[in-house]
Amino acid sequence: MPGQPAIQTQELCKRYGAQVAVDRLNLSVAEGEVFGFLGPNGAGKTTTLLMLLGLTEPSSGTARVFGLDPRRQPIRVKRQIGYLQENMGFYRDLDARQMLDFIAELNGLPAKEAGERARAALRAVGLAEEAGKKIGAYSRGMRQRLGLAEVLLKQPRIAFLDEPTIGLDPDGTARMLEVIERLTREHGMTVLLCSHLLEQVERVCTRIGIMITGRLVAQGTLAELRTAKFGVGGEEYTLEQIYLRYFRESTA
Amino acid sequence: MSALRAIMRKEVSDHFSSSRFLILFSLIAMVSVLMVYMAGLKIAQDLEGEVKPTFVFLMLFTSSGIGFPLVQFVAFFGPLVGLILGFDSINREWNEGTLSKLLAQPLHRDAVINGKFLAGVLVIGVTLTAIVLVITGLGLVTLGVVPGAEELYRIFFYLLVSLVYVCFWLGVAILFSILFRSITTSALASLASWIFFSFLIPAAASAAPPLSGESQTGYVMRMAELERTLSLFSPMRMYLESMAVIVDPLRRTASALVAVGRNEDISLSRFAGPLSLDQSLLMVFPQIVFLVAILVLCFAVSYIVFQRREIRSI
Repeated sequence: MPGQPAIQTQELCKRYGAQVAVDRLNLSVAEGEVFGFLGPNGAGKTTTLLMLLGLTEPSSGTARVFGLDPRRQPIRVKRQIGYLQENMGFYRDLDARQMLDFIAELNGLPAKEAGERARAALRAVGLAEEAGKKIGAYSRGMRQRLGLAEVLLKQPRIAFLDEPTIGLDPDGTARMLEVIERLTREHGMTVLLCSHLLEQVERVCTRIGIMITGRLVAQGTLAELRTAKFGVGGEEYTLEQIYLRYFRESTA
Repeated sequence: MSALRAIMRKEVSDHFSSSRFLILFSLIAMVSVLMVYMAGLKIAQDLEGEVKPTFVFLMLFTSSGIGFPLVQFVAFFGPLVGLILGFDSINREWNEGTLSKLLAQPLHRDAVINGKFLAGVLVIGVTLTAIVLVITGLGLVTLGVVPGAEELYRIFFYLLVSLVYVCFWLGVAILFSILFRSITTSALASLASWIFFSFLIPAAASAAPPLSGESQTGYVMRMAELERTLSLFSPMRMYLESMAVIVDPLRRTASALVAVGRNEDISLSRFAGPLSLDQSLLMVFPQIVFLVAILVLCFAVSYIVFQRREIRSI
């Protein structure tokens, strides 16, 4: 459906006992957007991602991914989403090619296409040379890049990238951001990017949401957020200053 | 379906290439080959001069050369194979963070547990079949007899029931690997339950002292009753009872002790020939049903617990 938001949540809540992880979240991300999802550790960002993936049941409220309900149609939703998780695990005894082959098989890709996609994905993240090495011998940055290769292999319509640049060297970070930008530009992929590195978010994201203790305290473009906090003429403020302002006000 | 196949394929190749499995497999293969070889020598010696011995081949499984017969060996140590294949199947993926990656792919959650279980079943099946084939070969060499059709059927059922029995323990181990997040804890819990059901319960059954003023017959009867009751809680007893009948056509009762009156005695001695396979199976049908039932129950519990687990904690 044209004009349908890629992600939409209404009054989405998740409670663990008395603790509220996500509190009445109303989030809307249009197709093709790079949405920066900011917030301190434990703010409920990852929980939100898991609810959108259908891996965690919401306590109340609704979530929609391209109009699909992740609770009722988890398989169709998961087909659309590539998820690069924080602290992701790998099978250490496999090499990168075997890992990608396994992911391709889980996604039901035919072997020939899987091979082509895997080669392209490894080239894109700069791991083509090391593809035959066991993952157990990879550095943290290499694993992170392999994680991105897994997302690319799937060619999803939406990518959830949870702290994708942690542990990467400057070259790796630049390459990662480049890949993200190219994906949205060339393939119209929607990206939900969680990160603490605000400079990067400022660089690649078209819109930004700030989540603090389970509540979305702001969402909009950088200019909109700036105006909301500092009034017209506050152009010199960086995202970091805006974010800290929101954070201190919400936790005060 | 393709996801289930993918997981199964990966698990099977993981098992077969893990040194843990290779060590266990070679150990079991070595011990059983040795045991059967010794049993074979002893049988050959015992049968010296007998005109027309029957079901010689099956004796390989039931007669003891050194220590105890093969059937008992599998009863004791078969569970270890199941436990070792399963005790870290789910919690290792939890701890290494690969489980949520798996589940973020387009597959149903049960594909993970089904794939792991089926892979274990396949590996156990291959292991048991390989050992039985080696034994068959050894039997040909040491005894010089070829198993007849009836014996082959019985060996087939021996394999099938053993598979169910070992897979039950695989199910137990997988259940513990879901319940406990720590691999050490699930390994210990698996071992503890194995020791409890295989050693402590049978030991307890034979440990009761005679009551004062009780006649010898009364004591024996009471002990048999006690054993029967306790064996309801011991998969190993159930397995041994069914095995005793399946591999021995001359056995006409599953329990160790039967009280026979005069009439039964006459009828028993009148029909002293071997039982047909279906009669043997009929006799141990309750035991087999029991083994299948605990296997299904165990898997069902793991399945439900796994399906309901909150992913955030994964």
